[in-house]
Amino acid sequence: MKILVSAKRVSDPNAKLSISGDRRWIEGDVEYVMNYFCENAIECALQLAEEHGDIETIALGIGESDETARFIRQGALARGIDRGILVVADEQTTDSDLIARIYAAVVEREQPDLVLIGKQAVDGDSNQVGQLLAEYLGWPQATFASKLERDGDQLVVTREVDGGLETLALSLPCVVTADLRLNEPRFAPLAGIMKAKKKPLEELELSDLELDDAQPKVRIVHMSAPAGRKAGMIVKDVEDLIAKLRGEARVL
Amino acid sequence: MSKVLVIADHDHGVLKKLTLNTVAFAGHYAEKTAGSFDIAVIGHGVAGVAQAVTSYGAAAVHLVDHPDLAHPLAGPWAKVIADLATAIGADVVCMSASSIGKDVLPRVAVRLQAGMASDVVEIVTTSEGLAFRRPMWAGNLMGDVIISSPTKVVSVRSAAFDAVALGAGSSPIVASSAHPDAAGARVHFVSFDGTASSRPDLAEASVVVSGGRGLKDRFNSVMEPLADILGAAIGASRAAVDDGYAPNDYQVGQTGKVVAPQLYFAVAISGAVQHLAGMKNSKVIVAINKNADEPIFKVADYGLVADAFVAVPELVSKIKLLRA
Repeated sequence: MKILVSAKRVSDPNAKLSISGDRRWIEGDVEYVMNYFCENAIECALQLAEEHGDIETIALGIGESDETARFIRQGALARGIDRGILVVADEQTTDSDLIARIYAAVVEREQPDLVLIGKQAVDGDSNQVGQLLAEYLGWPQATFASKLERDGDQLVVTREVDGGLETLALSLPCVVTADLRLNEPRFAPLAGIMKAKKKPLEELELSDLELDDAQPKVRIVHMSAPAGRKAGMIVKDVEDLIAKLRGEARVL
Repeated sequence: MSKVLVIADHDHGVLKKLTLNTVAFAGHYAEKTAGSFDIAVIGHGVAGVAQAVTSYGAAAVHLVDHPDLAHPLAGPWAKVIADLATAIGADVVCMSASSIGKDVLPRVAVRLQAGMASDVVEIVTTSEGLAFRRPMWAGNLMGDVIISSPTKVVSVRSAAFDAVALGAGSSPIVASSAHPDAAGARVHFVSFDGTASSRPDLAEASVVVSGGRGLKDRFNSVMEPLADILGAAIGASRAAVDDGYAPNDYQVGQTGKVVAPQLYFAVAISGAVQHLAGMKNSKVIVAINKNADEPIFKVADYGLVADAFVAVPELVSKIKLLRA
């Protein structure tokens, strides 16, 4: 069995972000982290490999050459993923659709049985790539997974949906997108960090993937800061709070 | 002239109110492009939902009723939505960014060779045409995006659009011939484990009371009486959910639900960026936290620096007295 997992580098949404001069992207000293949900996807692949054996795990990262390679090695290979693939692309001009077509082209080359992707990237927050990929491949999908069990050629996946938990049974090959409660991602052991340096990491250009059209369908034309919210007042006690909510706010 | 297709949200045959927020988005878009909108109701045994949406100004209500659509599986739903959109010549397909909308719409986009904008909060006129404004980076930045494909797919952030009011007109109901593939499906519904609650839906409630990790295993004993007295839905921070004090579908934030009620209580919640992303557009925000330095106080209209274990029961009993 072969599993392809996502390893996306994101600019930290908790750090201070500045809008670039042309107002179409961010700039400055951006801090990068591994996308939280990709860490869950990677952990899930590692646990499946440990539990069932005979599973090859491959991490895919898409972005600038050096930085993305470093993230694939530190975030995926050092944790135990067998090898990496880096597709060099400019993150500002790749929308979810183009990312999904890059994934589909890599799936074509590698023929994995399962693709595990973080449910959303916490920079763009689009929550689309796994679903787009599943449709491009004509595969079934289970998004927002909080539990996954393998039963032969089937996966039983519990999904976090509005109002509760839904469980689906899927036949392989399929796409699963990872939610936060799927597992507790491990830290890379020191030995893993040493080993990762020697693991294979293939670098591909967009032109190697023979996409019909390497253009995005969605592009950002303007970025702005959201309307601010001013801090209000500190009330003295519960009595004062009730008085304010009944009086000036008129919500009680 | 545009044609917008709204996919109705319903819970196994009961219309969800957030459909009316999506209709508001569709109405705005149709108005800006001198177009009209239709509503599609998909499922099995859902004629009642179709009837329920005939008075909101749609040119037509399409009913796609089939046993294989009873559970909202993304593949079959995407096929019928795309087939219907093609049949009626829709150039925009939209649904709320509910868990079904998020699951299904990207697959619709692929079938229609369309670009998709997620979580849209506003339609913006730019020199390059109509753009969709959407939050990015946990709502720390807003991006205006242009979709260049002829057909466009949009998931709508319900909290950003006021629900349309019931109108007088009556849209015709059209039984659609769209149907799922007969071929053996490779995914099957197994079970649904609902969070039992008699409280209002978190995404639709006018009052939301959310608790944080600091409440620990007293989460329910502190939050439930407050929700009861206010008729509120209960929410939680990601930390409270991660530590198992609250179920996952209570989570408010970037990676959970986005709410914008009239009144929001943040109890023992510090106010991490990703939580603020889910509630900062609430009309009135009240924060109760014993640490005056927490970032939640920077967005709260009314802050009470106090121990939640003492302040919340006191608040509940005082409101009870007022209403006695």
